[in-house]
Amino acid sequence: MRGNNGCVVGICGAVLVLVSSGAWSGPVDERLVIDDEIEMTTRTQSADGHPLPEVISGWHFRTESTRALEADSFQNPGMLEVEQGEQLWNTVEGSVGKSCASCHDDAAQSMVNVGARYPKWDEITGKPINVELRINRCRVDNMGAEAYPFDKGGQKPLTAYIKHQSLGEPVKVNLAEGDMQQWWDKGQELYYSRTGQLNLSCASCHEKNNGKYIRADHLSQGNVNGFPTYRLKQGKLISLHNRFRGCIRDTRAEFPAAFSDDLMALEVYTTWRSEGLSVETPAVRQ
Amino acid sequence: MINVKRRTLLTRTAGLATAAFFGQQSAFASVDEVTAAIDAFTKGVTPDSGVITLTTPEIAENGNSVPIAVSVDSPMTEDDHVVSVMLLAEDNPNPEIATFHFTPHSGQASASTRMRLAQTQNVVAVAKMSSGAFHSASNNIKVTIGGCGG
Amino acid sequence: MASKPRIKVPKKAAVGDIITIKSLISHKMESGQRKDKEGNVIPRKIINAFSCEFNGKPVFSCDLDPAISANPYFEFKALVSEAGTFKFSWTDDDGEVIEATKDIAVA
Repeated sequence: MRGNNGCVVGICGAVLVLVSSGAWSGPVDERLVIDDEIEMTTRTQSADGHPLPEVISGWHFRTESTRALEADSFQNPGMLEVEQGEQLWNTVEGSVGKSCASCHDDAAQSMVNVGARYPKWDEITGKPINVELRINRCRVDNMGAEAYPFDKGGQKPLTAYIKHQSLGEPVKVNLAEGDMQQWWDKGQELYYSRTGQLNLSCASCHEKNNGKYIRADHLSQGNVNGFPTYRLKQGKLISLHNRFRGCIRDTRAEFPAAFSDDLMALEVYTTWRSEGLSVETPAVRQ
Repeated sequence: MINVKRRTLLTRTAGLATAAFFGQQSAFASVDEVTAAIDAFTKGVTPDSGVITLTTPEIAENGNSVPIAVSVDSPMTEDDHVVSVMLLAEDNPNPEIATFHFTPHSGQASASTRMRLAQTQNVVAVAKMSSGAFHSASNNIKVTIGGCGG
Repeated sequence: MASKPRIKVPKKAAVGDIITIKSLISHKMESGQRKDKEGNVIPRKIINAFSCEFNGKPVFSCDLDPAISANPYFEFKALVSEAGTFKFSWTDDDGEVIEATKDIAVA
């Protein structure tokens, strides 16, 4: 079926060509069952107030061979880093002589459904906190270890290991805590704000044009339930804030720092948009 | 995964002939290298078609990781087995991908891996049999270019 | 911290069965084709060979070139003739050899 060659309002000429040259082919009608065991919710009716009628995992927008890679946890190369995260969980670091396991024991028990509920409200900083920053809090306050710099040290493997303990659990964010609703508002504003020389917002691609092609790339809804996600392009795990920055950079805009207020607000908002989808960490994407 | 229609080496040699005829070697930059690699592997014997099943996706959404599976019909006995299968990418900077080695202890001459493809191109598999015969098969894989970031 | 290679071998099989073996190892497979920010070629560093033996007999091996993806994956077959041990090895360009073993019982 040939695509809708209609105008994407407000997108500059160059990008208009890119988006309109693609054909609509939509998400595939398949089910993701990991290792023929874990049934994943990859499509779900959206909550009241959600701008899309159905929330669909990025898995549905990928080709058959990429989808197959995620469905087999042995072949999924992201699992190598998850296993590295497990080693880190059990490794003593810092002046206090503790590992994560010293307090939290077996993550397979203690971390079930934990990663699925982040970001959360943090009373100490008066801001939302995500898994990466929560790990750093523990390292500094309880282990006497140094905080991991963004994407460095064990940050990605450990975050992926913790989120992987929620594999198959639905993403849920509690907006009733603290000022989470205000951060959601700020995140929503950013999501719809056009930026960069290409004058694109998140919504330009992921809300208005998901299912279409931008060059040969099949645009997804931009859901966040699979992060950190294994990207074939880089051949390693990619964190959510790295992906945010990459997307914003591609609009040819200045991009905010990881864990900045802007990106934390965007994490709160996009996590809310992804609610109901199973945690897929580590998802496999192109 | 789609088992793309098998092609024989004829396609490739036809391409070589065309390139030579039109003087377009630049578009087939590694054809000479591919031919040389196959000749070195077969010691100049021309491979036959058949017996190889080469399985690759029709479209790869990222050239950094493209699945490839090869399976060769053979009884895999001491007297009659597949010795090795060489995989080549016609339009990569270097054509060699990998060479699989089998023995009667393999039970079946069947293996898969993941490869890097620089662009849309043909991938060739050449099998060496214990009898001294050679077979080849080839698939075309379209490698797509990503979105705004490339 | 490097992760251990991942290997999948059935725990048990009947004599005469042909089993499927899968292996995955963490490695960047630096192709030697890339350049760093200063424009210098990043030297090639790949796993250049992989092999699997069963009770000392070769089952499957592979010569790898830089066109093999990061985190090399192999899936292949083995004929089960007796109980024993599969030995796997990966050879890095720098000479390092990573080894692992898996046992199989016969039913």
